Amino acid sequence: MTDVEFVIAGYGVILGGIAAYVALLLRRLRIAREALDRAAGSPPPDAPR
Amino acid sequence: MKSRVLGFVALLAVIAAAIFGLFVVPADLHQGDAQRVMYVHVGSAWLGELSFGLAALAGLGYLWRRDLRFDALAHSAVEVGVLFTAFAIWGGMMWGRPVWGVFWQWEDPRLATTALLLALGIGYLLLRRLSDDPTRRASRAAVVGLIAALDIPIIHFSVIWWRGLHQGPTFIDPAKSLKAAVPMLFVAALLFMLTAFTLTWAWLLIRRYQLARLETRIEEEVRLSRINAARAAATAPGGAVEEPAG
Repeated sequence: MTDVEFVIAGYGVILGGIAAYVALLLRRLRIAREALDRAAGSPPPDAPR
Repeated sequence: MKSRVLGFVALLAVIAAAIFGLFVVPADLHQGDAQRVMYVHVGSAWLGELSFGLAALAGLGYLWRRDLRFDALAHSAVEVGVLFTAFAIWGGMMWGRPVWGVFWQWEDPRLATTALLLALGIGYLLLRRLSDDPTRRASRAAVVGLIAALDIPIIHFSVIWWRGLHQGPTFIDPAKSLKAAVPMLFVAALLFMLTAFTLTWAWLLIRRYQLARLETRIEEEVRLSRINAARAAATAPGGAVEEPAG
């Protein structure tokens, strides 16, 4: 590998990794907000009818 | 809203710092283009250690006040810290192979102690999965977070205490940082990337903390709904009603 390829690998993984973590974090936040809305607004699934 | 502005500023800063480090600053006379990896490597290493330091302080805060908000902060800091420590190791490997001739050397104390910090961070995150009890989990995690933070000064002083491949400290040594041996353009690129990464880290930490607080509330809601369901089942006709004494 040449120096430039090592630079591309270094920046690619680090900046790409940050971008991937941002996307994952925003997705987890959206899912958690939806789950909280469901948990707070609806009766539990095992509640007696 | 403020965190959105921070996120936008951080994004612009990282793009600008990457362009500056990759295309504006010239290649190093001795290390060539490989030296450009230093900008992201040092930024990642600094934030990895800052995260674990913050996690230890938050862990102490939890052990002192028993407030789960401290635990949420510690958890968030460790997750982000694991990410940046892994990036620091990766960046170091991508710089080390062309400059040192090896990706990794276990005999180097700086490398080995950084790998230990990563292992402790992963262990912290795995330990949290072992218990559903928020207070027990937070106490155990705080202790592990404090143990992990003991590694931070060892990482820093390892290049002074022991011999290895890794060069000595640059930024903490005032003689070197005030009178840098490299052109100021290189120092500017490094400081620019450090600032951009620190802004990104702050945004990630805020968002991860928000997620940790949401997860705590979901846990509480689920626990409450289970208790209510059990009570309703016990008082319902034909349910398990406790016989009154006497």
